Amino acid sequence: MLAIKRLVFNEIIMLEKLDFDYSIPKTLIVKLEGDWQISAGLLPITEITAQLTSHPDIRQINLNVSEELQWDSGLIAFLFKLIRECEQKKIQVDHKNLPPGAQKLLEIALKVHEKNILPQQPRESFFEKTGDKVLQIYQSLCLILNFLGDITVSFSRTIKGKVYFRWDDFMLIVKRCGVDTLLLVCLINLLVGMILAFVGSIQLKIFGAQIYIADIVGIAMVRVLAAVMTGIIVSGRIGASFAAELGMMESSEEIDALKTLGVSPVEFLVIPRVIALVIMMPILTIYADLMGILGGFIISVGMLGLNPIEYLNHTQVAVQLSFVWIGLIHSIVFGVIIAVSGCLRGINCQRNAAGVGMATTSAVVTGITGIVIATAIITFICQILGV
Amino acid sequence: MDSKVLPIIEVKDLDIGYNNIPVMRNLNFSVNKGDIFIFMGVSGCGKSTLLKSLIGLKQPDKGKVLYSGKSFWDEDEPGQKNIMRRFGVLYQSGALWSSLTVGENVALPLQLYTKLSVQQIQEIVSLKLSLVGMEEYADSLPSGISGGMRKRAALARAIALDPDIIFFDEPSAGLDPINARKLDDLILDLRDSLGATIVIVTHELASIFAIGNNSVFLDAETKTMIATGSPKDLLANSQDEKVIQFLTRAKKQELKQ
Ligand SMILES: Nc1ncnc2c1ncn2[C@@H]1O[C@H](COP(=O)(O)OP(=O)(O)OP(=O)(O)O)[C@@H](O)[C@H]1O
Ligand SMILES: [Mg+2]
Repeated sequence: MLAIKRLVFNEIIMLEKLDFDYSIPKTLIVKLEGDWQISAGLLPITEITAQLTSHPDIRQINLNVSEELQWDSGLIAFLFKLIRECEQKKIQVDHKNLPPGAQKLLEIALKVHEKNILPQQPRESFFEKTGDKVLQIYQSLCLILNFLGDITVSFSRTIKGKVYFRWDDFMLIVKRCGVDTLLLVCLINLLVGMILAFVGSIQLKIFGAQIYIADIVGIAMVRVLAAVMTGIIVSGRIGASFAAELGMMESSEEIDALKTLGVSPVEFLVIPRVIALVIMMPILTIYADLMGILGGFIISVGMLGLNPIEYLNHTQVAVQLSFVWIGLIHSIVFGVIIAVSGCLRGINCQRNAAGVGMATTSAVVTGITGIVIATAIITFICQILGV
Repeated sequence: MDSKVLPIIEVKDLDIGYNNIPVMRNLNFSVNKGDIFIFMGVSGCGKSTLLKSLIGLKQPDKGKVLYSGKSFWDEDEPGQKNIMRRFGVLYQSGALWSSLTVGENVALPLQLYTKLSVQQIQEIVSLKLSLVGMEEYADSLPSGISGGMRKRAALARAIALDPDIIFFDEPSAGLDPINARKLDDLILDLRDSLGATIVIVTHELASIFAIGNNSVFLDAETKTMIATGSPKDLLANSQDEKVIQFLTRAKKQELKQ
């Protein structure tokens, strides 16, 4: 019912606005009348193209207007689309009789259209797209490996003292790692320690072995969890900021300016950041270890009623020194991963504001993915070595 | 061969593009010592891209860029760096290093490539900054000065090492007419006093005629250069409609009359 009503309604508009005349052979004379403003709604050009399909011999359309035609961009948009459609069908559209303003606008619109011919991207099939994606993965792996190679070379040059090392930058980053993240690292790890103690106590209570919470919390935090949690926080704060900084530098041509000066951006910008993180990550991780154990202690002693001295003794026995080292090795590896992925994404950032945003996001994603993969590998190696 | 007769920059059969989509093909021109050489063409035709392959930021798809006879892209890395050390570049956006003050920006090239003491470097920095009228801003950060000032400070950095060739990407874009004029004068003075060769990307007609003594015109539609020579000669003698159109700001219809 509604559809029919609508059809009728459209029909009326059409009748009001368009008038067709076939008196000249091969020519369609269209008379435009009534209200053609945007507020009155846009007419689909099918109103006219339908006429063309029913009269396939038509080669020319003459546009006429009535005196009291009201028009704005609504009319121009309609005609613009019509003329482009007719161009494809090789039908001439004569718009000499339009109001002068409308003619002018149409000409401008059509001119811009004919000038900017973009190189046509051929449409890709499903297989091409899939192939492209695979190639992209391959390319981004190459990119990462290349970058790592660059860093290794630059690092050895830095150590040999052949490179101008910016201590100011380095100190700034060290400070930022400390100030920006220490509090967050402490808080998160305290909570993780508490959560571990809670969850562990549920099972251990059944056996009356609650004191082993100390072992669980201590070993888990010190061996991996503290380093992983710290890595995730640092990746979000520092890794992302590296990507944003270098991305901004890339898009404002600052990195180009370094390159033309003959300075390798890797030596100048990346190495100080990598070294700073490699130094700061283990320090943060030690704080994280202590906070995790403290979290477990607070829950066990405060809520589960364990003896504090006994808890600390248990922790001391359970947490071997080698575990601390394993945790620190994790954190050093994470430091490299976070710094490298932040800088990599920053340096390869696209040159616009959206590019910087994307670089930041993908730095964090790369960083966290890298952390998880590295943890798996290190755990596997430890398993084989039996530590 | 006498190096004086060799053009300081020679571009031979150069093709440039991005990801296999060509931007410019078949470029051939040479820049002589002391020239103020202008790249002109409509927006998006590839002027900045061409500049990038001259200053070593973008490998061309084909062809050679010769600096005093040495092919830049065939050199090994130390060789390229040696050539690059002769450049000063003023980027389209200034590209001052944002974490360093204006003075430190100018000082960095000197720290890297000279054996001067801190004191001596300071003296040269204040000289270069006063050449561009920015001495008082040595301790400001780039974010704290205006766009025009940033450009001038970047120019001070570009001339820090007394380069043989200075490249400018749209130096007067974003400057008011008075400061644009001042920058033009400064460029002329630098050419005369440093004996530098200058390559400028610009579409400021006023600068093109005021300072340019040689040029290439890049055309976006045919993707190649369609004219080369002094801008004034081109205006007087060129038969090409697009060149005249560009140089006179005339419309197509007006030219036909
Ligand atoms: N990074 C890029 N990747 C792909 N295409 C690019 C890239 N940068 C520029 N282009 C394309 O190369 C062409 C030339 O760009 P270029 O920046 O050299 O123009 P331009 O002459 O300097 O323009 P303007 O006067 O506006 O600065 C443009 O069509 C642009 O779309
Ligand atoms: Mg440009």
